[in-house]
Amino acid sequence: MTADGVAARHTPGVRRSLTGWGRTAPSACDVSEVHTAEDLDTVLAGATHSKRSVVARGLGRSYGDAAQCAGGVVIDMTGLDTVLEADLDTGVVRMGAGTSLDALMRAFVPRGWFVPVTPGTRHVTVGGAIAADIHGKNHHRDGSFCSYVTRLSLATPSGRVEVSPQSDPDLFWATAGGMGLTGIVVDATVQMVRIETATMRVDTERAQNLDDCLTRMTEHDGDYRYSVAWIDCLARGAKMGRAVLTRADHARLEDLPPARRADALCFNPVVGAQVPITPPSGLVNPVTVAAFNELWFRKAPRSRTGELQSMATYFHPLDGVGSWNRMYGARGFVQYQFVVPFGAEEALRAVLTRLSQRRMASFVTVLKRFGPADPGPLSFPIEGWTLAFDLPVGPLSTGPLLDALDEIVAGAGGRVYLAKDSRLRPELLEAMYPRLAEWRATRQRIDPAGVFASDLSRRLDLVSTPRTGRASRPSRARASAKTKTKAKEVATP
Amino acid sequence: MNDAMGMPQTAVVVGGTSDIARAVLRSLVARRLRRIVLVGRDEIGLAAVAKELQVLGPIEVDTMTFDVTDMDRLGTVVADSSARLGQVDLVLVAAGILGDQSSDESDPEAVARVLTTNFTGTAAVMTAFAAVLRSQGHGRMIVLSSVAGVRVRRANYVYGASKAGLDGFALGMAEALRGSGASLMIVRPGWVATGMTEGLDPAPFATTPQAVAADVVAGMERSTPVVWSPGPLRLVFAVMRLLPAALWRRLPG
Repeated sequence: MTADGVAARHTPGVRRSLTGWGRTAPSACDVSEVHTAEDLDTVLAGATHSKRSVVARGLGRSYGDAAQCAGGVVIDMTGLDTVLEADLDTGVVRMGAGTSLDALMRAFVPRGWFVPVTPGTRHVTVGGAIAADIHGKNHHRDGSFCSYVTRLSLATPSGRVEVSPQSDPDLFWATAGGMGLTGIVVDATVQMVRIETATMRVDTERAQNLDDCLTRMTEHDGDYRYSVAWIDCLARGAKMGRAVLTRADHARLEDLPPARRADALCFNPVVGAQVPITPPSGLVNPVTVAAFNELWFRKAPRSRTGELQSMATYFHPLDGVGSWNRMYGARGFVQYQFVVPFGAEEALRAVLTRLSQRRMASFVTVLKRFGPADPGPLSFPIEGWTLAFDLPVGPLSTGPLLDALDEIVAGAGGRVYLAKDSRLRPELLEAMYPRLAEWRATRQRIDPAGVFASDLSRRLDLVSTPRTGRASRPSRARASAKTKTKAKEVATP
Repeated sequence: MNDAMGMPQTAVVVGGTSDIARAVLRSLVARRLRRIVLVGRDEIGLAAVAKELQVLGPIEVDTMTFDVTDMDRLGTVVADSSARLGQVDLVLVAAGILGDQSSDESDPEAVARVLTTNFTGTAAVMTAFAAVLRSQGHGRMIVLSSVAGVRVRRANYVYGASKAGLDGFALGMAEALRGSGASLMIVRPGWVATGMTEGLDPAPFATTPQAVAADVVAGMERSTPVVWSPGPLRLVFAVMRLLPAALWRRLPG
């Protein structure tokens, strides 16, 4: 290939239609794959020069429209997947932003180091983990992902900058949860956590209703590093909010049976099955979900302690089924996740009541307690209760119901998670993220020309200052030539 | 941008005084629609619609006077309306005239006028906006067709043929837009009680602009390629299409 050919490969070329993991709101853009940091600089410079909008994309696990940019350039970062430096004594690892948590676990779990935070899937990139400041089942104890990032290299329209929480705290924390709009993370340095085994020691218990669940979590979450509750979203009346709590710690070597101690750090999860086709929308409905929930609740032991589970089983059960997002059919689905502060339990109850009364069928409804927030102005987690659930798109009540939930959440001082959002009313953004102006100021400093944009940022007016009731302008168009027709201009009969 | 439920934030409406378009806009303003450009021939009528919409909430409405048969100004109107919105999430194509079948069928100029407005001009407008949607990589076009075009009847063949042509054009364009990020939805209403049909006798399955709007919004949420309104007309016309001519001719209306 000639030098020109190489350059051509990195000038935006491949027009592709993209969606998030929820498979809603597709839009087309030019996708540029990059394989080196220099590729990335070239593509970014080219797009900046031609005044096109740019956003980076990792493995496409954001549910909504965060990693797509209609008509612009989307940089596929998954080629920057090299581990650049690793200190196995301290657990400090530097890797390309396109490296997946799956790859990090496969490389470092056998060496006794685990990622500091993992979401419900391993198939996210480090860059995406920073952009969404992801949280895991250990947030109540350990905080979110960016608390473990000690340094990152950021590609901006004016060049590359090295950022740490000490060197430029405003930029570092604006990037944490900044949805990729403050620059593109090229590589990052992450502090991993020490483990003795690749096994989890899990305690399971059932809670009979929401109060029971909240009490159990409040009283005993502190005893565990990881904690989550699965909620039966369709249970009503006295059973509303019935739950299965699974809380765990990394198993110590002595927790394993002697025969397994020699190979304690073996980590080799496999994808069991693949959803082969997209079934018609409607498969996930109140009947199928109620049946599943009943089974799932009854299958869980009333109480069981010290069960040994693999990391994949405990953290990433859905990764065992490839393309599980197809289950919701061609129309796709919405994941709604919000957090409300402690003390706003009534808001949580109001949301669950509406879900169960309206028979909104969510396959996976998950409740968790967040610990203190990190300094990121757009970082999602704040101290309180977070609830996440999926709803299929199609039933006409879904949109208005979620709009009503937004009001409850915002009214309680809570917020929704932008990495999962695909439908928030933009007017509520500032109420949910009161430090938005601070974030916008930092963003403006780094990207004054507004190169970075995504469908999410346009939909929510994240980047520009919101229009405040600008009065409508009078008609500017001149009257067209008069036509002779007598028929009235109206629609079809 | 359109959200996960297919709800737009911005819209251009061609045929901005159409009763069906007005009803659709009212429903969409209640969801996410905040900025609108109304395009049409009747400046005073457009201003009235703009006023009626602005009562509903803090939205911006611009109006532009334009006749869809005015090829000289088409490019300017499309560029100007798109520029005002920034991103065009929805293009609602609702321009159209009914004409008067009994006098039009012996008046070549009148036939040309109905066909030029409902088919030729509208198809040109669609083509210009399709280029906008294709280049921005997203957005939806909604085209108001009619059941009158599904199988053209003797009783309104001038109007029916114009809608038959438009419907076929739109079906083809919908296919052409696949993979572009943009999409096109066809709406086939039955007899709707509007300004257009004032004074005419209602046909079976007659409906209202509000009911059509509800079907349109439901179609948007479900990404339905063709919306029939009311819904049962889909089945009715599946049969109608196949009726022998001798029988078809005898149907009332």
